[in-house]
Amino acid sequence: MADATANLSGPRGPKPRKALSRRNIILYGILALVSLYYILPLWVMVMTSLKGMPEIRMGNIFAPPVEITFEPWVKAWSSACTGLNCDGLSRGFWNSIQILIPSVILSIAIASVNGYALINWKFKGSEVFFTILIFGSFIPYQIMLYPIVILLREMGIYGTLWGLVLVHSVFGMPILTLLFRNYFSSVPEELFKAARVDGAGFWGIYFRIMLPMSLPIFVVAVILQVTGIWNDFLFGVVFTKPDLYPMTVQLNNIVNSVQGVKEYNVNMAATMLTGLVPLIIYFASGKLFVRGIAAGAVKG
Amino acid sequence: MSSKPMRKRMLRNVNAKIAAIPMIITTLVVFVGGTIWSVVYAFTGSKLLPKLKFVGFDQFDRLWSNSRWMVSIENLMWYGIFALVFTIAVGFLLAVLLDQKIRFEDTFRTILLYPFALSFIVTGLVWQWLLNPELGIQAVVRGMGWTSFTFDPLYTPELVLVGLLMAGLWQGTGFVMCIMLAGLRGIDEDIWKASRVDGISKWKTYLFVVIPMMRPVFITTLVIVAAGIIKLYDLVVAMTSGGPGNSSQVPAMYVYDYMFQAQNLGQGLAASTMMLLSVLIVLIPWAYLEFGGKKRG
Repeated sequence: MADATANLSGPRGPKPRKALSRRNIILYGILALVSLYYILPLWVMVMTSLKGMPEIRMGNIFAPPVEITFEPWVKAWSSACTGLNCDGLSRGFWNSIQILIPSVILSIAIASVNGYALINWKFKGSEVFFTILIFGSFIPYQIMLYPIVILLREMGIYGTLWGLVLVHSVFGMPILTLLFRNYFSSVPEELFKAARVDGAGFWGIYFRIMLPMSLPIFVVAVILQVTGIWNDFLFGVVFTKPDLYPMTVQLNNIVNSVQGVKEYNVNMAATMLTGLVPLIIYFASGKLFVRGIAAGAVKG
Repeated sequence: MSSKPMRKRMLRNVNAKIAAIPMIITTLVVFVGGTIWSVVYAFTGSKLLPKLKFVGFDQFDRLWSNSRWMVSIENLMWYGIFALVFTIAVGFLLAVLLDQKIRFEDTFRTILLYPFALSFIVTGLVWQWLLNPELGIQAVVRGMGWTSFTFDPLYTPELVLVGLLMAGLWQGTGFVMCIMLAGLRGIDEDIWKASRVDGISKWKTYLFVVIPMMRPVFITTLVIVAAGIIKLYDLVVAMTSGGPGNSSQVPAMYVYDYMFQAQNLGQGLAASTMMLLSVLIVLIPWAYLEFGGKKRG
């Protein structure tokens, strides 16, 4: 063995690459250009929201503000008008929060138990329901909108926040169940069997073993649901009333209202405010966000 | 037959069955029940309220002779083809670039993916502002001296889909890139070693070895992106509201307007049935390839 290594006395390891090879210049050049295209809209959004209207009319949308003003943000938050309401986007923000929190908790609670039951407590027909659930996630929502309106009306919660919470929980179920099912299937079965031998039941195993073991996947699920529900527009329009509209719907009504002079700085501040929640989640969560969307793409 | 074993079987796993009640209700009542309800009522003359007065294929005849619906279908088709080809081609190319063991991979990925975290409404409004003819990109280019430069897609009926595509691609390409990158990472390192030993160039390896190996990833992406395109709604509402004129109408908008605004429920349901049909055309061959083959094999 010693001889063998001694004979390999030439240079070892991969050939060192020059930092400024032609390949690298092209590679990083393309990536930098593409990144620029991706960053520009965010840049323009922020810059516009910090300018006054005279400066916007005079200048270049890509230029940073000469005089920074936060007035558009204040106006967008507290006094921008939609129809007769002039209390700004804050109303939509609080509506969205009130929709978001129960929807996230309810949908994750249901889906995690589902995923657990589908893996460890299979019953006759459980796989059939799961298959329908996954197929259901591809069906256009439009076909189920009206029947859901009728169901919610029968239940007396049509047009309320709770109706919308229920809708989000129902439509969050396919992807979340898939997510939890895939995760729980990777938990060693011996663990489950050992707990069974020790006399733990359905809920005992769920709360004492599965739940504590799967905190990362719960975080992924929260990220998925928070961004998904926050960004929803269609369900908000269909299942709530103007006073209870979530932030996205109110934002669209503010910006695309036909009356009055267009205040582009206020519009962009409002857009930025609405985008801020998912952006913060995105930048804070990093790789977990990627894991969430990968889970959605990988077939179960 | 005594009822004892029967009852025993029902009680087996009773907690799991109780826990699965929300899922069972969702699938049976909302997904299956709701879909059947809508398809059945699409054959009725329901106006403001659902009424079981069957009119045969009347609603569908009316639908397909409505010029607004025809425009919607045509728009969706063109938007769909371009969006599919571009997101998948560009998404894959970007994934390949990111897969070259580059520095700052995380930074690039973070930049390329952030639009996906934003809603279509936010995306649409930002691009509406960028494409504003008096103050947006057109004005900036003109300000630099090229005074005859014209790029005003949102107010030009023939170009409005280009405007929608710019925004849609900006929002969705990062997502495809991420899936593709995961697919590339799933390919065995030995493939690369083998192709290097055989002296096959890198791009040839991608074209003839890696892409065929990633076929399932491509198909899954295709189905997910296609199913998303058929639902296209928020982006159009935010960017153009279907205008100028009717030039950027899409099916989902037609459904919403007839169901909730024009009080012509039957017509809205017929349109949504057509949407369902188009998804099934995408979905059934995929399900057949994905699951049908395996069961027999």
